[in-house]
Amino acid sequence: MRIVVDLTRCQGYAQCVFLAPKMFQLHGEEGLLYAPAVPDDQAERVRQAAAACPVQAILLGEEVSADGR
Amino acid sequence: MAADTLLERITDYANRANPYPLYAELRDAGSVVQQADGSYMVGTYHEITALLHDPRMSADPRSRTTPSPGPSEETARLPFLRLDDPEHHRLRTLAMRPFGPPHSPGRVDAMRGEITRITAELMESFQTAPQIDIVDDFAYPLPVTVICRLLGVPREDEPLFRQWSDTIVASADVTTEEDTTERDRAGRQAREEMGAYLVGLADQHRGRPTGDMLSAFANEPDPAMRLTPEELAETAVLLLIAGHETTVNLITNGVLTLLRQREHLDLLRREPDLLPRAVEELLRYEPPVHMRERIPRTDLDVAGTTIPKGAPVVLVLASGNRDPKRFHEPDRFDPTRPDNEHLGFGSGIHLCYGAPLARLEAQAALGALIPHLSTARLLQDPPPYRQNAMLRGPRHLPVQL
Amino acid sequence: MAGDLRDGRIVIVGASLAGLRAAEALREEGFTGSLTVVGDEPYPPYDRPPLSKQVLLGRVAADSTGLPMRRDPEADWRLGVRASGLDPLGKRVVLADGKSLPYDRLLIATGTRARTWPNPEEAALDGVFTLRTRDDAGELAERLAAGPRRVLVIGGGFTGSEIASACRERGLEVTVTERGPAPLVGALGGTLSKLAAAMHRNNGVDLRCGVTVTALRGDASGRFMGADLSDGSRVEADVCVAALGAVRNVEWLADSGLAAGPRGIACDAGCRAFNMYGIVTDDVFVAGDVSRFPHPLFGYQMLSLEHWGNAVAQAEVAAHNMVSPGPLRRPHLAIPTFWSTQFGLNIKSVGVPTFSDHVVIAQGSLEARRLAMVYGYQGRVTAAVTVDMAKSLDYYRHLIETAAPFPPAPGAADRPIAADIPVPSDVPDPKGLSHGPTVALTGYLPDRRLTVVHPTG
Repeated sequence: MRIVVDLTRCQGYAQCVFLAPKMFQLHGEEGLLYAPAVPDDQAERVRQAAAACPVQAILLGEEVSADGR
Repeated sequence: MAADTLLERITDYANRANPYPLYAELRDAGSVVQQADGSYMVGTYHEITALLHDPRMSADPRSRTTPSPGPSEETARLPFLRLDDPEHHRLRTLAMRPFGPPHSPGRVDAMRGEITRITAELMESFQTAPQIDIVDDFAYPLPVTVICRLLGVPREDEPLFRQWSDTIVASADVTTEEDTTERDRAGRQAREEMGAYLVGLADQHRGRPTGDMLSAFANEPDPAMRLTPEELAETAVLLLIAGHETTVNLITNGVLTLLRQREHLDLLRREPDLLPRAVEELLRYEPPVHMRERIPRTDLDVAGTTIPKGAPVVLVLASGNRDPKRFHEPDRFDPTRPDNEHLGFGSGIHLCYGAPLARLEAQAALGALIPHLSTARLLQDPPPYRQNAMLRGPRHLPVQL
Repeated sequence: MAGDLRDGRIVIVGASLAGLRAAEALREEGFTGSLTVVGDEPYPPYDRPPLSKQVLLGRVAADSTGLPMRRDPEADWRLGVRASGLDPLGKRVVLADGKSLPYDRLLIATGTRARTWPNPEEAALDGVFTLRTRDDAGELAERLAAGPRRVLVIGGGFTGSEIASACRERGLEVTVTERGPAPLVGALGGTLSKLAAAMHRNNGVDLRCGVTVTALRGDASGRFMGADLSDGSRVEADVCVAALGAVRNVEWLADSGLAAGPRGIACDAGCRAFNMYGIVTDDVFVAGDVSRFPHPLFGYQMLSLEHWGNAVAQAEVAAHNMVSPGPLRRPHLAIPTFWSTQFGLNIKSVGVPTFSDHVVIAQGSLEARRLAMVYGYQGRVTAAVTVDMAKSLDYYRHLIETAAPFPPAPGAADRPIAADIPVPSDVPDPKGLSHGPTVALTGYLPDRRLTVVHPTG
């Protein structure tokens, strides 16, 4: 699973950091850094984080496969 | 009926079980609806979010030009949820240091196991009972126990803490009692005792960090970032009050909604992965907090209406959550709703401090209850509600298992 | 004839953010025909903003930023092959491998590439980098992890500043050179550039403003060793990153007859490309960094933006319009928005800060490193920038959308006294900077930049 956060929408509520601290981190008070590739053991937490985002800025899904299919 | 009596009708206890038709009337009456008492109501989603993000709107009751009708709410020092920036930001940042990111990002996540255990313990007690009250037997004891464990209150002191908590929560509730002097006094006393107890506990932890939140407060290395003992006590009490009844309401509303709409109960039993989204949908559909008050610090033009400086403005979050201009089929409970930017926790700088904890508690509680609800039925529908229209939720929810 | 528009052959040239989002949106809009996406990089669409942040910090791998799909666009992905030409009359995209792709409608989303160091021999030195692709980021991150004695960053724009910030966080010595008076001055104007300069210096960056790099030096084996500066000084470093801004990928359109130039491909508000005579096409659409489009809030000047959010929004509008008949088409009117995270500060911008004559700090303060700065042009609000105050941004967006009077109305509890005193926004001409602009008001002609309009009355 991959994620991308629309940081144009992000307002730094950090709900994702609370719920999946291994995948999302605050850089300073409100800048968000995240790991785009989600290991299986973090998928559930990331789904919770995406659901909880107050501005619905977290998109998760599969990437286009490497052979372009 | 006239739109200028809407606030009166919404707060009328007779409408507590179903205020949603009144919210629809409010939205139909316009984005800003002046009330006979001089206050203003806003019930449309886009105007509510705009006002929650407007730096000219004050959360501080002292910004009113007319005195607040309440007795002495303003005599005590205000907690940060009733303060404006920059003071709000300073206090909230300090309070956040031991609780969440950036300094304690793992605190709430680390509570997951504990929350699941507490939930399981509470369920054990009614495993054999044919009939339970979801509020008293389950939803009510959960948040206070979680807060105790989070703060680091020793197990043997938990009953003491729970007693104070009961008194404080009862005194914060709105009732029809004529004379609340005794209850107010008891509430104040419990606040003071709990505050003193927590400050004492923090003192014990000073220099001997134990990993809990109180210890982190007490051992903050940066003196500029340290709360004073008073601020510490106030913050802990605030966490309790603001986090208690709201979480109880969220869990109870969840059970009520699922038992009323059993197809969703079945769906969630089949697909427990949907639970986080179901909790978000609950926060939209039946939020624990229905209204917040704000006060403009200057004359404000909102959707063509001028709200004068200092006038109370009631933002009806629960109405915004049902605004058809924002949500598709807003009166439908849909745990798979794709676009759910709800106002259940507010928005802007005052977004609920304890939201992540409330989410985990609601997910754990509903996740544990759902497998046991397949044959359950409501014994009273609608259930008896609390008086409070702002923090709305059932007082009891008797269920036959 | 909506039915016909939902069928046929659509080709998207460009397989990055805009290309992917357009492909998804086409399917969401009900397009059932054949969809081909061409990308010159061999990789599926990936996200670029993390490359200058998480990746350089060593927290995530450069090859891990693949973009998630909102839905499978069921496209034929032609990756690792460049489009080399366009035959608009024959309706064919010519590929570098000699093949050609016929289309009924075409979307151009070829984006930008990093502007390289102008001297090719010096640019080829081992240790000299640009940062745009995932390969760039992977190699640079590897060099940073090896612990170079010093990193030289040429250009104090957003990318250069983020690279410097990442280096300092990794404990590396950094020198930043900027031809202008301060970092970020081209994007944010004078006042905030002073804050940016302070952040660089407080975090231990060796910041050299008002200078240019005159030469890059290599040793006998072709390894980068250092650089000469225009003030006669010399910087010894093992790694050099040229953060000189971006070049639009339009060369392949040179013979196409489209209005394609250094500032991008001109299109209308509905993302339809103009040809060189200013006549709008109806089968060629443009989205993302490579486009320049008119915006009513900024005097209908043609904007070219290097913004993540613009790529997403414009791709969606383009996709909608590609499958919708005229009256149902939508304009691309999104307010430009971007962000940057550097030195622990979150900088967010809405509107066009360079479209301004004055600024005012409306909330917070420079001292607190937490503020909202509002930009005005001829008495109306045209932009706002927040530093660690992102929750206020929506309010200012609303002021921009409604062309609210500048300076903004008082009333904020954290409004400083300085809010009463607008100061000149002090936005320099980008020609005087080391790096290109990330937002450019390109005027009405592709090669003229018109920012200052002198009132005649």
